[in-house]
Amino acid sequence: MQRREAIKQGFSLVGLLAAGGFAYGEFASASPVLKLRPPGAMDEDKFLSLCIRCGICVDACPFHTLKLAQFRDGGIGMGTPFFKPREIPCYMCTDIPCAVKCPTGALDASSMMSDSKLDINKSRMGMAVVDDKTCIAYFGLRCDACYRNCPLIDKALKLEYKHNERTGKHAFLLPIVDTDVCTGCGKCEQSCITKKASITVVPREVIKGEMNDNYIKGWDEGDFDRIKNPDTKIKLNSKKSLNYLNDGDEL
Amino acid sequence: MKITILRRLVQFGILALFIAGNIYGVKILQGSLSSSTLLNTINLSDPFAVLQLFLASFSVSSVAITGAFIVLIFYALIAPRAFCGWVCPVNILTDCGAFLRTKLKIGKNILNLSPNLRYYLLVLSLIFSAIFGIAAFESVSFVGGFTRGVVYLGSSAISIAVIIIAIETFVGKRLICAHICPLGAFYAIVSKFSLIRVKYNYDKCSKCFKCKVVCPEEKVLDIVGTKSGIISSECISCGKCVEVCNDDAINFSILKLGVNK
Repeated sequence: MQRREAIKQGFSLVGLLAAGGFAYGEFASASPVLKLRPPGAMDEDKFLSLCIRCGICVDACPFHTLKLAQFRDGGIGMGTPFFKPREIPCYMCTDIPCAVKCPTGALDASSMMSDSKLDINKSRMGMAVVDDKTCIAYFGLRCDACYRNCPLIDKALKLEYKHNERTGKHAFLLPIVDTDVCTGCGKCEQSCITKKASITVVPREVIKGEMNDNYIKGWDEGDFDRIKNPDTKIKLNSKKSLNYLNDGDEL
Repeated sequence: MKITILRRLVQFGILALFIAGNIYGVKILQGSLSSSTLLNTINLSDPFAVLQLFLASFSVSSVAITGAFIVLIFYALIAPRAFCGWVCPVNILTDCGAFLRTKLKIGKNILNLSPNLRYYLLVLSLIFSAIFGIAAFESVSFVGGFTRGVVYLGSSAISIAVIIIAIETFVGKRLICAHICPLGAFYAIVSKFSLIRVKYNYDKCSKCFKCKVVCPEEKVLDIVGTKSGIISSECISCGKCVEVCNDDAINFSILKLGVNK
């Protein structure tokens, strides 16, 4: 009787291990995915706190752009929507069905209003970055695939003309992203002709910098007003630089 | 047997409607069990999920809140835990596991858990939602994960199904639904005063205890063989006991107001 029990227990454990191994397979093959969220998504923390993971946005998207994260999508919040622009970019529907249909407000359509009308160009899904070492326009070849495909051509993606010093008689037509205007729809990334896209959309919070607010743009009217009432609570240690110079240890 | 067939029809029917809505554009039900749109107009949301979102963000839209109230009132009025027994697809998996468990003659539980654990997990997931600002149970929910996987044809559903069936078969009897799932616990609380209830009649009972063998919930049939009465709201209203009873001692009945117990 005891032996039979032991065999049964062993059998159970083998069954469990097999099932666990099978399920782990999908985790193990996971590749990290950039968290590009649908239009109207607020910053990542706020978005995650509101997304109920129902997939109504996925269903509403007429271009099948949005996907729900599975285990193999590598830890971006199981069941939350995202898209891979190299496969299917956001086609910038003017009625933004994904955000309008979102039941919980995780995709906030009201954040994309201008003059009480929906304006998809106000969405900030990510921002495009050019790799100038692999973009063939930087070799001097003529390619403007990304530029031509940008829904905000000459606003979000501009061409900069430059003289080609190497040949002395040709021009560079270089794609330059204006990250203030770029919505991150990813049509540039999708249309890029290089083997792996040389223009890539990345989540804004990953690479967007932030300037200290003590710098003044003299050419911007009213920019000086920003420091008329400076925050005096910040205490700077005036002796710090002196100590640094006098302190032999750190040299 | 009839009730189980009907139950499976309802469970698979709802999944089929979701698949038709999400993939083939038949606009009857769209979305998934955590939130859906009925006939392209009415929003229905999982009240437990919305409660967690509310604690996590304090800014859930009114659409989700009204949707949650519709669902909450619906389940509060009809049979106890009707969601668990009649809608939730995880119930199909746990029934599969229980079937395998009896077929493989596995008797001993590897893990013995208290059925109250799910209430602790319920409270814990609400507290964690408020502290970490993310719907705690929703982010690990096997119910949501499996349903989403099925209705959007996602790959994770297979892993989740295998794990759930394996736990039900090898680790312990009715571990997922009856001991762990905080969503079930939530609906058990909500169903305290639901109208359709399973009623036990002591006078007709011949004490064969077949009902206790088939019942997926621990302890809800404790009154069998002792006194007549109404089964507690932890019952998932699956009707297995009603089917198996040859003495007509257990039946669904409509709870009259004021006749609690």
